[in-house]
Amino acid sequence: MTADEAKAQLDERVREMMAWHFSDETGCPFWLDWKKSVGWDPREEVKTYDDIVKFPHFQDEWLRDEKNERFVPNAYKGRPFNVFETGGTTGLPKQRVGWEDYKHDYEQFSHQLSDEFFPKGGNWIMVGPTGPRRLRLAVEHLANFRGGSCYHVDLDPRWVKKLILRKEMDQVERYQAHVMEQSVEIIKHRDISCIFTTPKLLASIGERISISGHGIKGCFCGGTSMTPEYVRFLQEEVLEGKAQFVPTYGNTLMGLAVSIPEELKDNNYSVTYYAPQPRAVLRIVDPEKTEITKEYGEYGRVELTTLSHEFFMPRFLERDEAIRRKPHAKYAWDGVGDVRPFGALTGKVIEGVY
Amino acid sequence: MSAPHIPILRQGRVYKSLDVQTVPKLGTDEPAAEISFACADMIKYDLYKMGSARAALKKFSCQELVDITKRAGEIFLNDDLPVGTEGALQSPEDYVLSLASTSGLPHALIRMNMKRLGGIFADIDVIFRGLTRGLDWAVLDKGYGEQGGAPVSFSATTSELAVILPSNSPAVNALWIPSIAMKVPVLLKPGREEPWTPWRIIQAFIKAGCPPEAFSLYPTQHDGSGAIIRRAGRVMLFGDDSTVKQYENDERIEVHGTGYSKFLIGEDEIENWEKYIDTIVESVSANSGRSCICTSTIVVPKYGDEIARAVAQRLAEIKPLAQDDPNAKLSGFANPMFAEWINEAVEKGLKAGGATDVTAEFREGERFHQRDGMNYLQPTLIRVESFDQELAIREFLFPFASVVECQQAEMLGKIGFSLVVTAVTRDIDWINQLFDCPHIDRLNIGNVPTNRIKWDQPHEGNLFEFLYTRRSFQIAEIA
Repeated sequence: MTADEAKAQLDERVREMMAWHFSDETGCPFWLDWKKSVGWDPREEVKTYDDIVKFPHFQDEWLRDEKNERFVPNAYKGRPFNVFETGGTTGLPKQRVGWEDYKHDYEQFSHQLSDEFFPKGGNWIMVGPTGPRRLRLAVEHLANFRGGSCYHVDLDPRWVKKLILRKEMDQVERYQAHVMEQSVEIIKHRDISCIFTTPKLLASIGERISISGHGIKGCFCGGTSMTPEYVRFLQEEVLEGKAQFVPTYGNTLMGLAVSIPEELKDNNYSVTYYAPQPRAVLRIVDPEKTEITKEYGEYGRVELTTLSHEFFMPRFLERDEAIRRKPHAKYAWDGVGDVRPFGALTGKVIEGVY
Repeated sequence: MSAPHIPILRQGRVYKSLDVQTVPKLGTDEPAAEISFACADMIKYDLYKMGSARAALKKFSCQELVDITKRAGEIFLNDDLPVGTEGALQSPEDYVLSLASTSGLPHALIRMNMKRLGGIFADIDVIFRGLTRGLDWAVLDKGYGEQGGAPVSFSATTSELAVILPSNSPAVNALWIPSIAMKVPVLLKPGREEPWTPWRIIQAFIKAGCPPEAFSLYPTQHDGSGAIIRRAGRVMLFGDDSTVKQYENDERIEVHGTGYSKFLIGEDEIENWEKYIDTIVESVSANSGRSCICTSTIVVPKYGDEIARAVAQRLAEIKPLAQDDPNAKLSGFANPMFAEWINEAVEKGLKAGGATDVTAEFREGERFHQRDGMNYLQPTLIRVESFDQELAIREFLFPFASVVECQQAEMLGKIGFSLVVTAVTRDIDWINQLFDCPHIDRLNIGNVPTNRIKWDQPHEGNLFEFLYTRRSFQIAEIA
């Protein structure tokens, strides 16, 4: 696919989604009411992705303050939905409803994985936040989709964040050790080929056992930003250069942006992520004037637009910043590189807790 | 010399990180050094492997390591040594210039600290004997033996001595140097503006024949320091009272905090107070007043005003000079904000009443002073009405002291924790009380500046007792 073809595909997707989400037959009450309140019809005015700036930034508070039923498209009315949560260290968490999106996203992701390092039929272990998160079902679906089963070890990031806020670092380490003990037992005593976990938990498992020495060939990682040095450490020392490290960037609201693991070393471990376009689009924007896209090579705030039949979310400003990177032969659209917490150089951010 | 790249040392192995930060020369954008930063998890991984570093040191006898340490001292003071990763060499003069460029320390002060560090290397045998109370070093080689006719055996409490070093005082490296002769490897986290001294000491040790595995150097961020503090077997760190409090019940951690060192004159000697002004001035101002062993409170039974004026007049002669001026004794602040914060704290104390800045009359200009792109605080002597005044017992990173009047009989009840106390007296009863006083760490009787310390005696803890524990043992004949 060329960059022009990718753009045409995205524009077509935008028109399709405007028609879907702003038609009375298929759209959800939230967006239909919104259309009435603003007095213009996105079906008429948003014809390409460039027109998406006509929408205001999606506020994730809406996912907490509005009832979930208001986000159910009329086309799905009457079908019970999954509720997936994000955030929620204190108070009511933000919730997103869904049906099949996570399956689509992770099946699409599965096609990007190497069969050598993520063997078909191999079992998986997921060590990380399960509970009400989309990830828990998604990783299990990924394992099943590739012909394997999935073991789980839970970690509650909300509790960890509270401990960090209280500066109870000893408790953080104890809790981490508790999670590790469970993980190591499973890895030691079950046949496991692939792992999903967060960078810090991966390092923590590697402190206790040789991950590749216990048969794990591939590690799909996500959850927090990673510096190039940290990626190098995980690949070369934690995975001992034997298992493949596949960093991803994503959340409950997007799906998975993927990297190109085989090129990590050549790029000095600077990771570039490509959104699952056209289902979701990442744009690097000027934080002061968000309608402006930053130039290639420049840092800016990450803006996410999700364009699925189940969920429409225009121009959500992530709490991250990244470098705008050029399209790649494998992914013919912009990438986002060296993701880090927004304002990382100016303010204190609790990030990377698990 | 172009800006060298200071790498991470992982048991002596050079590691260039992808996380590189540039340290500029103070007051400029010109780079002084590029520094490789280690991530916290890497340090945690390496800590598991420190046993092999200790094994490398244990191949040497203590006597051999003492000899190596002595040779390393000569090399540290005189030789060109590798700096960075590109094969560049650093002469002793280059070292002075590099450290001055990032720390704000005057050249003369750096040379004085070099000499002081050189003394630690040279006196390692005396220090070793002092800290072990005359132990035959062969006991550590063999694992057991005799001391004073009694059977003794010592085992190491750790495979590494980790030290979180500050940026403002090269002389604190003196604290870890003896660890090598005691066969315990070091893991150092340098201050951001001061990688120079630990790096040069390490290179000197290696050139002298010490196994490189004994040295790990991790420039790192707060999370890396946290990992070291939580995971290392023995840790030395530097901090304020809150840091001391935080770790007071953790036997792995020795915090070197504020010293609140004091200079006391007894009632029997107070009429001779003029004889002690030189010593007081040195005690307050040595090393630009930055050491915990510098006097911060002067306690006298009478003549408080006269003594304050005499000391203030002398302190006011210490002025901010060019860094390369051989007479420069006052250091600028690497972090310019520190000078402002400290100055605000002093002003706040003065506004509270009951305190007078006696130096204001004698010094040129304000306490806060800018020169050559750096912030300075000029020496300050405060006359306080009582111990209750908030500046009476305070310690700052510049030559600062208060003078307070107090009856001799009440002094020991008022002074609180004091790292060093110099008491000028011949009064045997009072001397006995001073020796009994539990909150005095180091005690000098007579006209001894508080900043002159002997390293063969414990300093905020005994390094040998920190690194080794005595075990009971019996060895029987096997029939």
